[in-house]
Amino acid sequence: MIIAHDELETLTIAHMDCDAFYASVEKRDNPQLRDKPVIIGGGRRGVVSTACYIARIRGVRSAMPMFRALALCPDAVVIRGRMDVYVQVSRQIRALMEELTPSIEPLSLDEAFLDLTGTEKLHGAPPAVTLARLVKRMSDEIGITGSIGLSHNKFLAKVASDLDKPRGFSVIGRAETAAFLVEKPVRLIWGIGPAAQASLEQAGIRTFADLLRWDRKDLGARFGSMGDRLWHLARGQDRRRVAGNAPVKSISNETTFFEDTASVDVLDGHIWRLSEKVSDRAKATGRAGAVVTLKLKRADHSSLTRRISLHEPTQIADRIYRTARELFDHLGPQHGPYRLIGVGLSGIVPAEAADLSGDLLDPESARRIAAERASDRIREKFGKDAIVKGRSLR
Amino acid sequence: MKISIERAVLLKAVGQAQSVVERRNTIPILANVLIEADQSAVSFRATDLDIEVVDKAVAQVVRPGATTVSAVMLHEIVRKLPDGALVTLSDDGTQGRLTVEAGRSNFSLATLPKEDFPVMASSEYTANFSAPAPVLRRLFDKSKFAISTEETRYYLNGVYMHVAEGDGGRKLRCVATDGHRLARIDADLPEGADNMPGVIVPRKTVAELRKLLDNDDASIAVSVSETKVRFATPEITLTSKVIDGTFPDYTRVIPAGNTRKMEVDAADFAQAVDRVATVSSERSRAVKLQLDEDRLILSVNAPDSGAAEEELAVAYGDEKLEIGFNAKYLLEIASQVDRENAVFLFNSSGDPTLMREGNDESAIYVVMPMRV
Repeated sequence: MIIAHDELETLTIAHMDCDAFYASVEKRDNPQLRDKPVIIGGGRRGVVSTACYIARIRGVRSAMPMFRALALCPDAVVIRGRMDVYVQVSRQIRALMEELTPSIEPLSLDEAFLDLTGTEKLHGAPPAVTLARLVKRMSDEIGITGSIGLSHNKFLAKVASDLDKPRGFSVIGRAETAAFLVEKPVRLIWGIGPAAQASLEQAGIRTFADLLRWDRKDLGARFGSMGDRLWHLARGQDRRRVAGNAPVKSISNETTFFEDTASVDVLDGHIWRLSEKVSDRAKATGRAGAVVTLKLKRADHSSLTRRISLHEPTQIADRIYRTARELFDHLGPQHGPYRLIGVGLSGIVPAEAADLSGDLLDPESARRIAAERASDRIREKFGKDAIVKGRSLR
Repeated sequence: MKISIERAVLLKAVGQAQSVVERRNTIPILANVLIEADQSAVSFRATDLDIEVVDKAVAQVVRPGATTVSAVMLHEIVRKLPDGALVTLSDDGTQGRLTVEAGRSNFSLATLPKEDFPVMASSEYTANFSAPAPVLRRLFDKSKFAISTEETRYYLNGVYMHVAEGDGGRKLRCVATDGHRLARIDADLPEGADNMPGVIVPRKTVAELRKLLDNDDASIAVSVSETKVRFATPEITLTSKVIDGTFPDYTRVIPAGNTRKMEVDAADFAQAVDRVATVSSERSRAVKLQLDEDRLILSVNAPDSGAAEEELAVAYGDEKLEIGFNAKYLLEIASQVDRENAVFLFNSSGDPTLMREGNDESAIYVVMPMRV
């Protein structure tokens, strides 16, 4: 790999993003899939969670309903994910990164920020070279490719990693920051979703150039705390540190629908699948949580969030699902249709403190928990699809 | 309106009113107490729209009338006045101010028109009976600790007061549960309570009711309808909406087949639990009970804070048993026993455990174990 850049020696903040992570893991484990379009997602009526690059060329995108994805790409191989394997691979990648720096801030299983400041002596090479070695090792030793963005802050590093996917290595130096940003749309900013985008557009802000025309005071007055951040980002400034080893505060999963839905049945299926994903991640990392959160976004982007403290921490999908479903029933399905639904677990504690007592009024709960533990063991042995709940097929 | 009233009498009446008004409310009039003076008596009325309390107090009425004023502020003022003071409340009906005078202190408080004060609609009560204060005190004091605070299980956020078949006939019964422990308390059925509909009395109402029950000699007039419940003494009338929901069938969760019996001095047991629980932490609140031949070992093992163990002499003749409980729950049910030994009936370490006072079936408690 040849990288040439004037500031290559002085840039130290990186963002690593695996390429089509779940699909890549599947292709690695089953070479027959290599040249086929692969979609990871749930059932015929589920949604796409990851599409490989071949499927992406055909127009398949994350969160698209499976039937639509299959219409675009009828020969796609659809695989229901194997979260336990992904978690394992993610840990291997994490271990490689930990050899480079203690300042790692994972954003999800397949992406993380790294701060390589002060590691030149240790590794005998500037960060750019160290990172190039990292992706090579990932590819050689784990069989997963990733893209790197290298810059002088987190915002730009994340933007950079997306510039040249897959197997990309992009650099944004201090000198070219302003020129790079000026014509770019503001939706480039991580966290600027469609709702924020709409309110920015109302203020006549589409690009960074638009943003630069605003006074700091005016931005603050119009957008509150986000205004000040926008002012800095417009100038390519981002002073957030890479939060190495930050304790996990919550585990959550959400999905945006391709088409808004008000169907209680469909939403219930999503609540179950999201609860199961959250539970899988909690189980994989030995964690549990005492607060369940349900998040819903309406078609007009207004969002509803409700949370409830459990009597004791849990990592059981059944408990998370039942609590989230209670919250949903409490909110009332009548507020729909919805465009997004999310389930989260917070108040994180180690798993040993979880699920120790039963429920007097729900004597069946102990049996359901035992059944879930048993099917977890079966899935561990025979794969994720060995046992699924009927509910997850909705 | 102009009245003169003793500071102690006023403090009691306003105290009850200010505890009913919601601290954070968006409707200003709900923060106020309605003071109504007729020829000879004064009443203080407060509401949060779910609960209404009216306290009649003896006062010298100089000029009848009515007004409303901040309950919390009036309470604070009266509280700070010297004991034995004579307080005069007066308004001239036009300035929108209430004057509070006592000795050399003089306050002028903003008022809101009495017409704006919401008075709870009266209800047709289907059952009216009277019960001695100590009976109601026992029913609610022994059950209220088990009331749930979970919002989604709103139907558990109160005490279920109803008529049920108990030990030796029909009983007035109070049940509360949060899904982890349950209390079922019986009292003799008062005359006239036969056809009372079962109602869920909200937590806050239970707390307000408690203030009516301190006098051992008092008799409380109870009125019940499907939607409301009223408790009254000659001075105070507490009216409350009941929780609109169905209390779950609790009879299913009271174990009938638990045979492994442990008898223990309730006070010793509670103190021992309290002592060992000192080292329990947020992460491990469990107390382990190991039972073997008249011997009970209570232990707590919290990896991040420490360990504790205590041995107690008990009466136990069954097979060895190890069972864990949430320390707080165990302590709370053990503290309910006030006269006799506590009798615990276990089944297995995963099944609900039953506790009662001696052989008295009129107060039983169920608690769910936890894995240790």
